[in-house]
Amino acid sequence: MKKTLAVAALMSVALAGAAEARDQIRIVGSSTVFPFATAVAEEFGKTTSFKTPVIESTGSGGGLKLFCAGVGEQHPDITNASRRIKKSEVEKCAANGISEVTEVKVGYDGIVLSNSNDAPQLDLTKEQIFLALAKTVPSKDGKSLVDNFYTTWSEIDPSLPDVKIEVLGPPPTSGTRDAFTELVLEEACEEFPVIAALEETNKDQFKAVCAGVREDGGYVEAGENDNLIVQKLEANHDALGIFGFSFLDQNGDKLQGSLIGGVAPTFEAISAGDYPVSRSLYFYVKNAHVGTIPGIKEYLAEFTADKAFGDEGYLADRGLIPMDAAEREAVRNAAMNLSPLSM
Amino acid sequence: MTDMASLMEDRAAAKVISDNLRKPVDWDSPKIARNIKKRYAAERRFKIYGLVAICLALLALCTLALSIGSKGYSAFYQTYVQLEVTFDPAVIDPEGTGDPEVIGRANFDGLIKQALRDRFPDVTSRSEKRNLYGIVSGGASYDLRERVLENPSLIGQTRSIWLISGDDFDMLNKGYIDADVEEGSRRLNDQEVSWYNELVEAGAVEKQFHTRFFTNGDSREPELAGIWGAAVGSFYTLIVTLALSFPIGVLAAIYLEEFAPRNRFTQIVEVNINNLAAVPSIVFGLLGLEVYLNVMHLPRSAPVVGGLTLALMTLPTIIIASRAAIKAVPPSIRQAALGLGASPVQTVTHHVLPLAMPGILTGTIIGMAQALGETAPLLMIGMVAFIVDIPGGALDPATVLPVQIYLWADSPERAFVEKTSAAIMVLLAFLVLMNGLAVYLRKKFERKW
Repeated sequence: MKKTLAVAALMSVALAGAAEARDQIRIVGSSTVFPFATAVAEEFGKTTSFKTPVIESTGSGGGLKLFCAGVGEQHPDITNASRRIKKSEVEKCAANGISEVTEVKVGYDGIVLSNSNDAPQLDLTKEQIFLALAKTVPSKDGKSLVDNFYTTWSEIDPSLPDVKIEVLGPPPTSGTRDAFTELVLEEACEEFPVIAALEETNKDQFKAVCAGVREDGGYVEAGENDNLIVQKLEANHDALGIFGFSFLDQNGDKLQGSLIGGVAPTFEAISAGDYPVSRSLYFYVKNAHVGTIPGIKEYLAEFTADKAFGDEGYLADRGLIPMDAAEREAVRNAAMNLSPLSM
Repeated sequence: MTDMASLMEDRAAAKVISDNLRKPVDWDSPKIARNIKKRYAAERRFKIYGLVAICLALLALCTLALSIGSKGYSAFYQTYVQLEVTFDPAVIDPEGTGDPEVIGRANFDGLIKQALRDRFPDVTSRSEKRNLYGIVSGGASYDLRERVLENPSLIGQTRSIWLISGDDFDMLNKGYIDADVEEGSRRLNDQEVSWYNELVEAGAVEKQFHTRFFTNGDSREPELAGIWGAAVGSFYTLIVTLALSFPIGVLAAIYLEEFAPRNRFTQIVEVNINNLAAVPSIVFGLLGLEVYLNVMHLPRSAPVVGGLTLALMTLPTIIIASRAAIKAVPPSIRQAALGLGASPVQTVTHHVLPLAMPGILTGTIIGMAQALGETAPLLMIGMVAFIVDIPGGALDPATVLPVQIYLWADSPERAFVEKTSAAIMVLLAFLVLMNGLAVYLRKKFERKW
């Protein structure tokens, strides 16, 4: 009897609590932006009188879905994204009464293809990466499409080492994988005449060929955990791994980044835009919540301050590649004025 | 004719049997000896298989424990750096008010930076200074503030104080960063390593027990991150789970075992409970999201929702274990109670339930231990999140121990590797404790008949 009473009391407390106003910012979204957003949130909580925001790592797509579900305190105020919001998502937001959304660009993130320091450093082109990882590749004579038959890097190009192709990377659910597919595989595949011809004749097949990754062991899905890939690369000197720049930055004594298109993945090369595999990171703010949920404007100010996302800010220490000063200024102004996104 | 034939057959059969019966077994014949030898060998082999299986399991367990232990033990220690800090009154309390509010707002970070610049006066360029400030953690200023607030007489003095170091410096001191590799490929440059060596020679670097790891919430700074927030979140979640699933589970088991009529309906209920025990936990997470968040509008990321969801998951385990325990109570106990005039409810509450309690508690604790290690359903209801503040109740946003492990395992900073292993050690310690409690309760209340 006592226990049932306790349960009843607990339930009523729970329901009463739900009706209480929220005084804490809620953020969802990309796992790539997560380390940066959490650093800002912690600093924000320490230096202001507001509570530290709660940040969930849901992935870019999942975050935007939650974000666009509606206006009201049960919905998140901000969502992080490792890609730009899609038109369909803007429309979905609008359909749920979210007409004004502010876009804040955070900076850049490089995706690296890296291997152990004890192995030779590779210098690859996007086409070579495509030939190594795609499910279907042009045949030797270049006239037809066949299942990927390359087993060693030297078969693709004699200048590459005679080592088995073994690349550890993220699964298809990951934003890093999306970006890698878009920036490397889809760009490279257009360079092969036999695939480019498909674009005219069979669009679906063209897309499938460009985004298809081999499943015969050449590409190993190593889960969403980049630290795991780092550990596996240490143990297996023949393997390469695909992950975000910040992990290479932290493990420079064990790993080296392969050159892509002749450019090494360094902080300077990514921020100058020379390194070809980099993407922009964003977050989106629900303007209707500014003023209702305390602290959103101050959070934006903290994120867009030079001490955070600037050249020497604490986010750069964590592996974020900052934008140049002029672009930062523009982003800061747009954020502080809450200029709504138009698409 | 047919009678004759069958009679002959019977006789022949009888003769075969009697021949066999009559012939004494020759235990010394080589055939029997071979046979016996084979049987003993098979027995020995079987024992060896079992032994090998146990050895393999133990080996796996030892490897796991060793790898976690060897990686994680260093997280219980943290590097501290000794610096001469001048508690400059002009910075802390320029007007000499002595007001704790004024002192609390002072720039203690500036004091630490000043102390570092005093220690290494040749550092002048901006980027070098930034590296220099990395020696001490950003959290050290809070320690200083606390110290001054506790003892305002420090203002105006110069004291040598042990300050918590930054994570890269800590990694270097613990040997996780190899100072011998080429400069470009490690986190700390030659100058930073030379500062470290200078400080070590001066005896100004030491490892202290890392109490923050047990008292802090999560943080992006590895040296400030702790598991207390997650432990408290786990505690609230489990309390809600227990408060809900234990009474409901036990009542359901008693009803099904003692009172329910045997008909089609109870059979269907039974089958469904058994099936529910095998449903993947993520499904309960989806259910929790739909019912508790979307329909009942309970707060996201709150332990109360986590507890409600996990209660659904542990209910079948508790019901099944409780039913088995109740079934194991001998019927003679019930008959004796009823025979002496006890009502069916009295029989259950006075006799059956107390005797079944050890089994019920064991089942409950195993269910709780399962709930303690669960992350998948919590993902759906927003408990996989970065939460710095220690939750003050079952309604505050919180995370739980296994989620904390998952989040740290996914962090790029090198220092989180040891924190991950240390958090696993803490989680395992909780599990061992809970299982130990289950064994103790069973032994204490066990009744033999």
